[in-house]
Amino acid sequence: MNFSQIYSKKVLEHVRNPQNMGEIKNPDGMATVGNKICGDIMRLYIKIEKKNGEEYIKDAKFQTLGCGAALATSSIITTMVKGKPLSETKKITNQAIAEALGGLPPAKMHCSLLAADALKKAIKNYRQTHKR
Amino acid sequence: MKPIYLDHAATTPIDHAVFEAMKSYFSQDYGNPSEPHLWGQKARGAIDQAREKVAEFLGAKPQEIIFTSGATESINLAHKGLIENSKFQIPNSKLPHIITSSVEHKAVLETCKHLEKLGWAKVTYLPVNKDGLVNLQDLEKAIQPETILVSIIYINNEVGTIQPIRKIGETISQINKLRMENGELKIYFHTDATQAIQYLDCDVEKLGVDLLSLSGHKIYAPKGVGVLYFKKGTPLIRQQDGGGQECRLRAGTENVPYIVGLGEAIELVQQKKAQGSKFIEKLRDKLINGVLKIPKVELVGDASKNSPHIATFLVEGVEGEAMMLLLSEQRIAASSGSACTSGLLEPSHVLLAMGYKPEQVHGSLRFSLGKDNTEEEIEKVIKILPGIIQKLRRMAPKL
Repeated sequence: MNFSQIYSKKVLEHVRNPQNMGEIKNPDGMATVGNKICGDIMRLYIKIEKKNGEEYIKDAKFQTLGCGAALATSSIITTMVKGKPLSETKKITNQAIAEALGGLPPAKMHCSLLAADALKKAIKNYRQTHKR
Repeated sequence: MKPIYLDHAATTPIDHAVFEAMKSYFSQDYGNPSEPHLWGQKARGAIDQAREKVAEFLGAKPQEIIFTSGATESINLAHKGLIENSKFQIPNSKLPHIITSSVEHKAVLETCKHLEKLGWAKVTYLPVNKDGLVNLQDLEKAIQPETILVSIIYINNEVGTIQPIRKIGETISQINKLRMENGELKIYFHTDATQAIQYLDCDVEKLGVDLLSLSGHKIYAPKGVGVLYFKKGTPLIRQQDGGGQECRLRAGTENVPYIVGLGEAIELVQQKKAQGSKFIEKLRDKLINGVLKIPKVELVGDASKNSPHIATFLVEGVEGEAMMLLLSEQRIAASSGSACTSGLLEPSHVLLAMGYKPEQVHGSLRFSLGKDNTEEEIEKVIKILPGIIQKLRRMAPKL
């Protein structure tokens, strides 16, 4: 059993040292998404900051119950969105997440969908709770 | 640190003595056993010897032993071969009936589903209780006039549950007596004994089985070789056509070195069986006691009644593959029934059949022990596992 045959170096790095793991108290947006296929659950918190009329993701954190790929996709998505303007987050597709991890095994691509979905729903949650 | 292998229910290493016994049959004694010349007859002799060893172990006759490529092939031949033959016994309007359990290995379940799909058989999948046991009364109730095969696994590979094979054998034999008097169809009894060879009595007479499947690589022989025992008179139609090898039931030039390896391995099992499995049981119990000290961890099944080599746990709030991954980083091999570890993304059908919820199965972790594991290794696992579970639980959201 050698997980380095299954997962890329980057995936294993994120499992070993997850980035931005934990909870944001009083987040501006939050979403919990579950994968009905395998049972993994991912929660994403975001904190938004406004600069020069544009909204930025100031902070992002995750909590995930799931396999190595689910942990790695949730970890890397927080690093991908932190500091980014909300307008740019549309570019973070599940493909982009998988690519950032140096690829995922085909059977684990659904984990990247889960992370992309969590981000989309956390932003939606922010929009709904922060209507101007 | 030496890696700690606790996945013996998946496969075992080839024993040194087994490997030594096999060696000369690759490039020295390489004859085709079907040939009458010296080379061929040397190979023939080696196969015959292996067949005798297996027969002796099972309390069977050598002519009742077929060598195959593994338990999966044995199971396919037993089920499909018997059903195909029954087409000549049962009127076309009636389908032959198979009774099996919902906790069989996929080799049995998928073979049964295939026969159902072809419209060649109807199948009853018996439920199991919380410990994974089939109920004998359920089995009796499921019997129909067209029932021709009962197939029940001896030791379940995922949790170690031991099914009452002997009792089932007795019951079927009694029912068969009545059926024979009334000129009705005989019910044949198959067991998948793959996990049981090392730990339980596998005497086919005592078990009352007509068919028994086993695999080499779970008993320190190589992968790619197995056995089907078929009691004399069990009507099978071969599923692999060609030459007349293996009592005309399995065509193809015999895999001589691997068959020799299997013969050697089963002889070693027989020699060691007298010593019992107390040592492995002691290690397993030590592991269970240690692991159950971790909060919110549950043992699957009743260890005191289960096979001594398997311990499966359900860990709340953690996913199985992630545990396997972090254990693997500490060079410890285990297994899980989590959907994330299966290529089909389905949680273990065995644990679901035992009544566990998918989210519980999500956190399943199986350790399966072998003859070379040590107390120090178990201690190491007990020391490492709590930290891994704690780390993963810290990552998980509170629900």
